[in-house]
Amino acid sequence: MLSIKNIHANVEGKEILKGINLDIKPGEVHAIMGPNGSGKSTLASVLAGREEYEVTEGEVLFSGKDLLELSIEDRAREGLFLAFQYPVEIPGVSTTNFIKAAVNEKRKYQGLEPLDAVAFLKMMKEKMAMVEIGQSLLSRSINEGFSGGEKKRNEIFQMAMLEPKLAILDETDSGLDIDALRIVANGINKLRTPDRSILLITHYQRLLDYIQPDYVHVLYKGRIVKSGTKELALELEEKGYDFITESIDQSANV
Amino acid sequence: MTNVNYFKDQFSALQASDPNELLTGIRKENFDTFSRSGLPTLRQEEWKYTNISSLFDKDYEFAGDGKISPSLLSSLEEMRIEGYQEANELVFLNGRYAPSLSAIRSPETQLIVLPLEEAIDSKYKALVAMHLGQSSSYIKDGIHALNTSFIQGGLFLYIPKGQQLQHPVYIYHLSDAGQHHTLSQPRSLVYVEAQAKFQLAETYRTIGSCEGFTNEVMEIVVEADAFVEYYKIQNDGSNAHQTNTTHIRQMEKSHVHTVVLSLNGGMVRNNLNLVMDARGNETHLYGLSLLRGKTHVDNHTMIDNKMPDCYSNQLYKSVADDASTSIFSGRIIVQPDAQKTNAYQSSKNILLSELASINAKPQLEIFADDVKCSHGCTVGQLDEEALYYLRARGIPKENAEILLLHAFAADIVDQIKLEPLQKHTEKLIYEHLSVS
Repeated sequence: MLSIKNIHANVEGKEILKGINLDIKPGEVHAIMGPNGSGKSTLASVLAGREEYEVTEGEVLFSGKDLLELSIEDRAREGLFLAFQYPVEIPGVSTTNFIKAAVNEKRKYQGLEPLDAVAFLKMMKEKMAMVEIGQSLLSRSINEGFSGGEKKRNEIFQMAMLEPKLAILDETDSGLDIDALRIVANGINKLRTPDRSILLITHYQRLLDYIQPDYVHVLYKGRIVKSGTKELALELEEKGYDFITESIDQSANV
Repeated sequence: MTNVNYFKDQFSALQASDPNELLTGIRKENFDTFSRSGLPTLRQEEWKYTNISSLFDKDYEFAGDGKISPSLLSSLEEMRIEGYQEANELVFLNGRYAPSLSAIRSPETQLIVLPLEEAIDSKYKALVAMHLGQSSSYIKDGIHALNTSFIQGGLFLYIPKGQQLQHPVYIYHLSDAGQHHTLSQPRSLVYVEAQAKFQLAETYRTIGSCEGFTNEVMEIVVEADAFVEYYKIQNDGSNAHQTNTTHIRQMEKSHVHTVVLSLNGGMVRNNLNLVMDARGNETHLYGLSLLRGKTHVDNHTMIDNKMPDCYSNQLYKSVADDASTSIFSGRIIVQPDAQKTNAYQSSKNILLSELASINAKPQLEIFADDVKCSHGCTVGQLDEEALYYLRARGIPKENAEILLLHAFAADIVDQIKLEPLQKHTEKLIYEHLSVS
């Protein structure tokens, strides 16, 4: 599904990612954890195609295609979805119209006819129930005046509507209280399928109580320094990041 | 300007042919002003961003008799505004009101429509004498005087007391610049009696490949407790230039609501004057310019608060792409007697190209002490974060930009309260933004 090979990336001339390798197979859920500033969100942005990020080395294959050659919109239409850490508010653009445009752009890309109003509404209703989001939010402008939890639910709703092959969830748990976290996590779990891969980016282990990952990776100073199963996350929760980062820093000094 | 002699000859001929003393008097006074001051130049503060005199390196002439050809009629058909079946449709051909092309659908009890010359010969003479030419005391420049020097074939509208006009008035200005560079000078006087309600929309079209210049003046008197909505839609060719003045005098507790929409055109200057001649008025002025190519649109507003307790709010938005220019100058005067004035002004702009330019100039002149006035101006680009977000959902960049521009325009379009006109403008904006 996704194969990241030795990715190096700069932001404003500063190297943030220093050789990332990662393979995600269809249906797998991977969690990337790490302390602040380790490069987690940079990795998400590089994969989504954010233009300020310059990839200096390495390659990324997404379903066999060279991901880095694709525009932001083509990556999305190929089936990559990024749930934003900070979803932007866009006054004046109705959420429903926006999602309809996005769904139909993807269909067009796949050579399908656009959904008519009836089919689109039916799909909306189904997915709204799945992620527990109300009509009132969707008739408003994109994220305008939404609470933190509502914004994250809207992200998961868009994921449900766009049915991606790979979803990257960038700190989707941040800023959520426990009830909101549960609703969002339930939505994500309902969207797990045997072919859909998920990359969870998170600072804390608590999201992983709700969404069980197949693999956990620790990102530190732009590299994956440790990989394991979900037990690694529990160990991190217990001992903190220090138990890994100290040994890395020591070996770097030797 | 090279053809001063042409205007002199035309003026003398017009004056000699017209026995009407009221009109010849107003014309003479203004032709003197025109002869003395000429056309405005960049040296004049009020015109510092719009070089109208540069257009007159070409020799403009008035159009002839305005023969009505099939192509004129088909252009007229094309410029009709949605909802026209339910509207009074008034046509100006080459700057003169053309009754034979117009359709009046309101009964006479609700709306009186007369050629200005006929109004002067009717029971409305005193009204016309009192109000025609009031704008000259506010705008003393040569281009305004040039219109007034040639008042001819004007329009008089009268809405009787308490009439809630069901059919709006649509005014179509059609100019034929097929033979030579053509100057059209429409002139109208609108009198809205107390407690009446009235909706007016104007739009413009120039045909032919020479340059067209429309120099329009409209004066509107809004009596006590009356309600006026005024809409101007500008979507003409790049050879179509325009200076227009809408001069509105508000009497007690009246309400005025205006929206000026500018899409395509050459060099355009819109003067919108509001004179608060009694207390308790409410005024809302909105503008939206979505410009590209070399289109130049200068919106100039002036609110003269002479009496207390008036409220005014202005929101002008613009987007300038390519080598276009957008200007907003808003002047607010609060006279010593105008206590408790509330006057707000805001200009929001998006600059899309390095060759485009945006100028905003607020001008507050406050001579009373118990007032609330504010102004604000922003110039920015499209929100990069929003663009990224939309593209990350698979929406192509161009479409994402169009979505954001529609969003920017939406709150002004919402201010068009006349529903068919709102739909009409949504369609125009959609077409305008889709072609790039």
